[in-house]
Amino acid sequence: MPRGLTVDGFPTEEELKKSPGYPSEERFKRGPVAVVECVQEIPCNPCELACPRKAIQVGVPITNLPRLDEEKCTGCGICVARCPGLAIFVVDKTYSDKEASVSFPYEYVPLPREGDVVLAVDRAGSVVCDGTVLRISNPKRNDRTAVVTIAVPKGMADEVRGIARIRGERIG
Amino acid sequence: MIQALASTAERDKEGDESGMRVTEHPILGGLTPGRVVQIVVDGKKIEAREGETIAAALLAAGIRVNRYTSKRHEPRGLFCGIGQCTDCVMVVNGVPNVRTCVTPVASGMVIETQHGSGGRAESDEEV
Amino acid sequence: MAVVGAGPAGLAAAIEAQKRGLNVLLVDMNLKAGGQLIKQIHKFFGSHEHRAGTRGIDIARDLYEEAVSSGVEVWLDAAVYAIYPGPVLEIARGILATRTASKEMVHASRVVLATGASENAVSFPGWTLPGVMGAGAAQTMINVERVLPGKRVLMVGSGNVGLIVTYQLLQAGAEVVAIVEVAPKIGGYGVHSAKVRRAGVPILTSYTVLRAFGDRQVEGAEIVAYDEHHNPIEETRQFLDVDTICIAAGLKPYAKLAALAGCELIYSPVLGGWMPVHDENMHTSVPGIYVAGDLAGVEEASTALEEGRLAGLSAAESLGKGGPDAADEKESIRERLSMLRIGPFGKARADAKSEVIKVGEKICRAG
Repeated sequence: MPRGLTVDGFPTEEELKKSPGYPSEERFKRGPVAVVECVQEIPCNPCELACPRKAIQVGVPITNLPRLDEEKCTGCGICVARCPGLAIFVVDKTYSDKEASVSFPYEYVPLPREGDVVLAVDRAGSVVCDGTVLRISNPKRNDRTAVVTIAVPKGMADEVRGIARIRGERIG
Repeated sequence: MIQALASTAERDKEGDESGMRVTEHPILGGLTPGRVVQIVVDGKKIEAREGETIAAALLAAGIRVNRYTSKRHEPRGLFCGIGQCTDCVMVVNGVPNVRTCVTPVASGMVIETQHGSGGRAESDEEV
Repeated sequence: MAVVGAGPAGLAAAIEAQKRGLNVLLVDMNLKAGGQLIKQIHKFFGSHEHRAGTRGIDIARDLYEEAVSSGVEVWLDAAVYAIYPGPVLEIARGILATRTASKEMVHASRVVLATGASENAVSFPGWTLPGVMGAGAAQTMINVERVLPGKRVLMVGSGNVGLIVTYQLLQAGAEVVAIVEVAPKIGGYGVHSAKVRRAGVPILTSYTVLRAFGDRQVEGAEIVAYDEHHNPIEETRQFLDVDTICIAAGLKPYAKLAALAGCELIYSPVLGGWMPVHDENMHTSVPGIYVAGDLAGVEEASTALEEGRLAGLSAAESLGKGGPDAADEKESIRERLSMLRIGPFGKARADAKSEVIKVGEKICRAG
């Protein structure tokens, strides 16, 4: 039974869905979109400045929860590496017939490589399925926060938020 | 004396331990090959990186006990890491009570595990 | 003006005062400037004015460069160990680099104390064993010295320090076996806890560490859960195979020097314990002595920066060097500070700060 962010350490589906940064199911159906998993009022607003389309608004005071304008958001993913809390993801539920793609920040070494089959984990860090690495993006503006995109079975798009850290021998 | 021998034996074993250095890091990058200096710890030569603290050099060599307390001879090691708690003090070049967590290594430095307050007469039993 | 402590608060105070025409001497007892910023490798929260989104290490470097280029004189490896009326600072230089100190007496018209905070300890059987250490010590080892303090870690405490150091231990290649939190709820930000949960680290709330095992160093830990009456639940007692136990039990203002200087102290549980009373200009009860940053109540780097600016500006103003915009600038700093003290995490600090300042307005006469 999920007990919520302050006990489990990660937000429940309910906490996420009532926050203004979580896209609607209709929006998910139209392609890639930012998923802002920031449900606690902390003083922070780099996401607002990060978005070139002004699709994320915090405003005044800066403890406001980030509000996603899902019409403006194109799912470009620039915000993913700019969130100091590493709490923004991009989910594309239209990636292919059977798969969705999930992009997440990844600040560990070694990085996975394109094409690797990796262990996809949920918010609790439990391995829930395999994923295939589609791309790794780490341009200078990311300031060393790599963004990894993996393909996972469509039904796992709401669960998968990362991969198990890679240690020693590479998987796949 | 028995204790001292045991501790030397333990160190020989630990000296072979590797992998304590953080050589690769996602944010800080690869560890730059710094200048290596030799220091002597309880009679044994170990390699240290120039600029690092004594405590760091010892941890990298697998050495975690810096001193033993006066009365109960309990081991102590790095605790606060900012030069305040004095748990990590050792005898350095003959000078006792040197805070190893803030004091950088220097080539040829002679470091000894400190017993009690590190005085030569070792009269700490009476304190 | 002399500033003691080259962390975010001290650097900001020095820059602000130097830019307004004071001759500033910044002293720090460490070999590197930047205070605890030099080990903060994560991106900071806050807003644009606080360099949000920038990593702490980069903020430290930029602030230090700004201080030096604006003309601040910096003495590193310089420990202030006495403050006499005047104020006069007695300083030992060179202890760390040369292990023989030279003594300097510095007369300053104004002094800003920005000595930061120190970690609270938690005692339990075995807590003195090598391998039990402050989370801050572990963070210094991995991020500054680049040496692992151990390979398998138990973190005690789930405040922001415990969560962030856990994450950074993982980044450095260590395993964090669990975080135990004695309170029923996680203390730090949810985004930090979500980050470490995703990485597979369990956070055990209502759990505590009972003892550390080991002959010469930590070889394991025993933990147990508590029920709502604070009684241990026997069947939850378990042994963890760890070689390191990090304690992240909060910080307290490092107020020794302020006390030595004669500053009136006040006890504020929310702000970390005993701290110098100050007024809305960061001025203490001792004429000419200001405080800023964690010493003036444990908060965050962003608040420390703003308080440093406020202290530096106020000190300059008291010497007739505030400039025409001093009043406006002070107002906007206070505005930004109040913005950092709202929300579920900030509100209690805002209230505690106003209590301190209320007392301060009575006993701290403007410098």
